[in-house]
Amino acid sequence: MVDRRPWLTVLSHLVMIVGVMIVAFPLYLAFVASTHTADAIVQSPMPLLPGAHLWENYQAALFGSGKLGSNTNVVHMMWVSFVTAIVITVGKIAISLLSAFAIVYFRFPFKMLCFWAIFLTLMLPVEVRILPTYKVVAELGMLNSYAGLTLPLIASATATFLFRQFFLTVPDELVEAARIDGAGPMRFFKDVLVPLSKTSVAALFVIQFIYGWNQYLWPLLMTTSEDMYPVVIGIKRMLAGGEAAVDWNIVMATAIIAMLPPAAVVMLMQKWFVKGLVDTEK
Amino acid sequence: MEKRVLFRSTWLPWALLLPQLLIISIFFFWPAAQAVLQSFQVEDAFGMSTEWVGLENFANLLDDPTYLNSFMRTALFSVLVAGLGITVSLILAIFADRIVRAAMLYKTLLIVPYAVAPVIAGVLWMFMFSPSLGVVAHYLGELGYDWNHIMNDNQAMALVVLASVWKQISYNFLFFLAGLQSIPKSLIEAASIDGAGPWRRFWNIQLPLLSPTTFFLLVINIVYAFFDTFGIIDAATAGGPGQSTSILVYKVYQDGFKSLDLGSSAAQSVILMIIVVALTVVQFRYVEKKVQY
Repeated sequence: MVDRRPWLTVLSHLVMIVGVMIVAFPLYLAFVASTHTADAIVQSPMPLLPGAHLWENYQAALFGSGKLGSNTNVVHMMWVSFVTAIVITVGKIAISLLSAFAIVYFRFPFKMLCFWAIFLTLMLPVEVRILPTYKVVAELGMLNSYAGLTLPLIASATATFLFRQFFLTVPDELVEAARIDGAGPMRFFKDVLVPLSKTSVAALFVIQFIYGWNQYLWPLLMTTSEDMYPVVIGIKRMLAGGEAAVDWNIVMATAIIAMLPPAAVVMLMQKWFVKGLVDTEK
Repeated sequence: MEKRVLFRSTWLPWALLLPQLLIISIFFFWPAAQAVLQSFQVEDAFGMSTEWVGLENFANLLDDPTYLNSFMRTALFSVLVAGLGITVSLILAIFADRIVRAAMLYKTLLIVPYAVAPVIAGVLWMFMFSPSLGVVAHYLGELGYDWNHIMNDNQAMALVVLASVWKQISYNFLFFLAGLQSIPKSLIEAASIDGAGPWRRFWNIQLPLLSPTTFFLLVINIVYAFFDTFGIIDAATAGGPGQSTSILVYKVYQDGFKSLDLGSSAAQSVILMIIVVALTVVQFRYVEKKVQY
């Protein structure tokens, strides 16, 4: 900083500490709740320090305790969430790389029409056209399948625009050089363009993985059979019995388990994540 | 902007575009067209017959006080979420920008809520404020404030606003921090030499230079409040008590899937689409403008 004002630095740290404490409190409380017995939590006020039942609660959450309302198998739900998130992420990145390549490096009739058709999908989240999309997926016989869970969510253009933006900054000389070396368009795409896009791919990966993992409304409607529930849906189902009948310690242990993969992805790949956010949306 | 050097092929670009065009046609344009079509029809509950009714669904909506209420509530909700979220994150970013030591640690901790699923955020906040077992509700009670969002409309609204802001702080914070760090240091130094203190520099330099970021975040936050808060509301209050936290997206879902009023739900979808398109146009025009200077 330009000026030295020790009191301002102290104040800054104070504000950050208070901010972090408020932001982290719900997460801390979830953790504390996940380490006590169900009885300890329903006593008001519940304890504010971790208890001694961490291990058994997490075991019960992961493998099913057989107790009321919480006997769904979280390991399996985690697997469904994982497959869904990965298919959405990889699918979106793959089709977007291809279509952005076509839009930037070729001239063809109706190019602008295609461009605008894709652009239009940028603005409407699946929540808006939820009922008709449900009908389409039902008619295609895709309810309770991975295809139904993922394909409608792949249908948006954010990634195409990020790649288009990036391709436009790639120097023309590279194409000329590739041409002189006798490389066709697909060779250029595979050997030059895709390797250059690594950073954007990494950034998009983080954002799309979290997007896919955290989906709620769509899988809620789409999945009726328990073995297709993503973990996020599983948690909501555990609360179905009304507040009193809920094993809050198991619910919170499950919530923590469900948060771990996306939180780990965000924290480990912070740099790409920030880059991806700032680039995609602007 | 166009490339000078292009490849030539009549079929290849179509083959490359095919996967994307196929997916958006089946899962985007087809359902969107269906929604528009359905909004002009009335279908009986068993789907046996449909009747073309023109604008009747829309007229019914505009006559329906619960829909108009939901509209007002959505407006209030998004203004609160965007306003609070932007203010709090701006304050955090301003102070984070001054910090050299431990900055990474604070940043990492503040980013975590972004990774939390909206529905889990809703569960966490509902748990904290639950009148019977919530910690926060308990201590509020000891302070003499009676918290019961299951009975009280305003408290229910406050709860979903807080949970939504909590989830969005990370996002706003990252943008404000990036914006602050892109302001040239020389500008701040010059002002400082001219005798401007931190407060003065904030009002006269940093805040005006952040206005494009703020505007962008305003649009994004409103879109977020409109659509991405479904999970939060479903878990925290399920639209209640009564209809007091049932925002537009939640009502589309309730009317479509719970009451099976397809025509009305479709008409509501169409109105939502129009709102998003308008918001996007505003944002796009602004982005275009920004590219020019």
